[in-house]
Amino acid sequence: MTTDTLIGPGFSDPVFQSQGAFRALLAALAEPGTRQGVAGGITPPDGLHAATATALLTLADYETPIWLPSVLRDGAAGAWLRFHCGSVLVSEPGDAAFAVIDGATIDPALSAFDAGTDQFPDRSTTIIVQCAALDGGETVTLTGPGIARSRQIAPAGLRPGFWAEVAANNDAYPLGVDLLLSHGDAVLGLPRSTRIGEAL
Amino acid sequence: MIRRALLKAVAVPGYQVPFGSREMPLARGWGTGGIQVTAAIIGPADTLKVIDQGADDTTNAVSIRAFFAKVAEVATTTHTAEATIIQTRHRIPEAKLTEGQVLVYQVPIPEPLRFLEPRETETRKMHALEEYGLMHVKLYEDIARHGRIATTYAYPVKVEGRYVMDPSPTPKFDNPKMHMSEALQLFGAGREKRIYAVPPYTEVVSLDFEDQPFEIQHFEDPCALCGAEGVYLDEVILDDHGGHMFVCSDTDNCEDRRAHGHRGTLAGHALEAAE
Amino acid sequence: MYVAVKGGEAAILATHDLVAEARRGDAGVPEISVAQIREQQGLACARVMNEGSLYDADLAALALKQAQGDVIEAAFLMRAYRTTLPRFGSSEPVDTAQMAIRRRVSATYKDLPGGQVLGPTYDYTHRLFDFALMDEPRPASSPLGGEGWGEGRQNGEGLTETASLLSSDPAAPGHLLPHGEKESAPLDAHMPRVPDILGAEGLMEPEIAPEGDPRPFDLTREPVSFPADRDVRLQAMARGDEGFLLGLGYSVQRGFGGNHPFVGEIRVGEVSVEFIPEELGFAVDLGEITLTECQMVNQFAGSKDVPPQFTRGYGLAFGHSERKAMSMSLVDRALKAREFGEAAEYPAQQDEFVLYHSDNVEAAGFVEHLKLPHYVDFQGELELIRRIRREREARLAAEPETLPEAAE
Repeated sequence: MTTDTLIGPGFSDPVFQSQGAFRALLAALAEPGTRQGVAGGITPPDGLHAATATALLTLADYETPIWLPSVLRDGAAGAWLRFHCGSVLVSEPGDAAFAVIDGATIDPALSAFDAGTDQFPDRSTTIIVQCAALDGGETVTLTGPGIARSRQIAPAGLRPGFWAEVAANNDAYPLGVDLLLSHGDAVLGLPRSTRIGEAL
Repeated sequence: MIRRALLKAVAVPGYQVPFGSREMPLARGWGTGGIQVTAAIIGPADTLKVIDQGADDTTNAVSIRAFFAKVAEVATTTHTAEATIIQTRHRIPEAKLTEGQVLVYQVPIPEPLRFLEPRETETRKMHALEEYGLMHVKLYEDIARHGRIATTYAYPVKVEGRYVMDPSPTPKFDNPKMHMSEALQLFGAGREKRIYAVPPYTEVVSLDFEDQPFEIQHFEDPCALCGAEGVYLDEVILDDHGGHMFVCSDTDNCEDRRAHGHRGTLAGHALEAAE
Repeated sequence: MYVAVKGGEAAILATHDLVAEARRGDAGVPEISVAQIREQQGLACARVMNEGSLYDADLAALALKQAQGDVIEAAFLMRAYRTTLPRFGSSEPVDTAQMAIRRRVSATYKDLPGGQVLGPTYDYTHRLFDFALMDEPRPASSPLGGEGWGEGRQNGEGLTETASLLSSDPAAPGHLLPHGEKESAPLDAHMPRVPDILGAEGLMEPEIAPEGDPRPFDLTREPVSFPADRDVRLQAMARGDEGFLLGLGYSVQRGFGGNHPFVGEIRVGEVSVEFIPEELGFAVDLGEITLTECQMVNQFAGSKDVPPQFTRGYGLAFGHSERKAMSMSLVDRALKAREFGEAAEYPAQQDEFVLYHSDNVEAAGFVEHLKLPHYVDFQGELELIRRIRREREARLAAEPETLPEAAE
């Protein structure tokens, strides 16, 4: 066994750490675009931001298949998630309840993930988009539930055409994936209900 | 898992998310949905308020508050402004809720179409197709028969222009408070195994007709204890000869007003009796 | 008067004391022990285990004691406890063909391999009070000393005599065996299940596992959606209220469902439960549980693809719970209407109706919640009805020439 595959610990105090992380994730999706600290006090495996790892540790279990880019799936991150969450790692984006993607990578498209069904729109993938930063990028204006008037965000390191994909996701409402943009130990939520204004 | 269901509920406001509701040590129908939602979100930093019929001291509210004080060791309060989480049955507090607060509703029947169509297989299709004609027919029949819409509580609302939602059996008086509320509103139906949500600043519109606009209840007299007007009142029977008085349903609001010197017509004696 | 809703906390605590007092009853009468309930109220314990969805006779007895014999309240205690238990995994499927038989009867055959085993049954008792049971307890050696069936204790003499009257030479066809392991002649080791006998001839609808043989659904952990598959339906009924299922099963017999059932077999006895721990990889015996299994045989006309065959209604329950297992098997068959292309016109055939209303802990909670305060809603109704009446009076007063409408 090499040091690469050694699995680091999860929550030291699962009840309180997962509760705190969950409240932050709930706030992220209830107030889209607000920066929410998801500090679980863990050391994430290689390839996952702390917020990504904490979110999955809080939400994923044996009932929730996870999609990861193959480089993560086959590495420490995959082993860590299998061990701590008991989740199956799937190779088809459409089979995933949760997914982690690199915001800068072209594939897979947001539309490749499960958007739910007319009768069960809740059965859709929640995608954690790992970004270069949660600010300093292209500014977009958000409106919709959870936003008093409008809110501006500027996450950095997202692929060209990303905001058009997010807007198309919103067009399919109430179907659609829900996004958590993550960097370091913070996330921004972009549920499918959020409308994307012009990029400035 | 209830937390995943809550996130999806927030992402699709007004849509009822099925969840694996657990058996609770309290009876189904007595707030197990609200208890499960509260348990899923509450933490050491929270301060919990529990009300039933607007009051902190009704038996079921006392029982649920004691349950959380015991198992979660959280701070509790009766003051709306101090609470971070308010679990409620049948009322929304009179004081305006603010950003960061969470209102958790106990919901008996989450399906607004249930009494028009009892089969979930059918109502689920209606929601999917946004086919709410049946609801309008029902409201219209009320008007034809009674000259007005005869639904006084659990009055259906449309959320963000998409899903028709049951606001739980709150009086329609409280419906306008849901619209663009600053607080996050979470709804738990334990026995029916459904969760739904209204994020802050979300459109919540009571169904109505152009010539029969939605209107809330108005009480002729102010609260007999604190003199408040424009609040929801409980009718209290004073004797068996038809004597009655009206007092605030929201006990915290009433006490707060009296603490600030407001007095209703019967304040003196009733207040004494209460202490 | 406004004081009436104050002091809720003290009032609630007082109810707990009053319950304890009512539960104990007259202190001059000896307190009943959990062991006495377990041994002497075994059928009640079985019902609590079924509806509480947990096999533990001691806890069932404790629940009954704590709930003053209220079976639904006792099942509720079991459920609330069950949900706190850690889950290590699922056992291997139990094999009822290997059951250690206490009782086994078939209505479809006069005799069959292994014979008809009457075992402990009230079927042939005359429902006349046995006032001897009101007397002071006697030593356990007395034949009437214990009614418990669980510990191999024999039933009353009357039953044994009845069985003896019916039984002839045990070797002859149609023999009836009074009961199981206490019989001097041991029961046949091989007791094939009647539907299996029919199945061998190709006359019985085969039980085919769904593709991939997935782990059965667990409605205590996942939300149910409709149409519900058979694993969900069977689980819901196994936990369901005996009275509700009895009524539904009865409705099927009366034509609200249109099945023509035969009791292929009822068997009661012990089966062993095995579990394969992940780290061991082989089955470990966890012990025995008592089960009642009922398989109803129903006619099916067949279709263009399927030749005529019998169809199955299946019921399985913890402990000795014949009425429950039989009712469940009737409703199971009725709920297969969709699979067989039959019209699902009646309540027992509609999965959503049956599953949503069979759980007595849920049903009791919701019915009983009506005693919680609803005065806020009621105030809304009061206000509305007064207003509509006022408006009506004003309208009538304003139009004196118009005849009042007939009462609506």
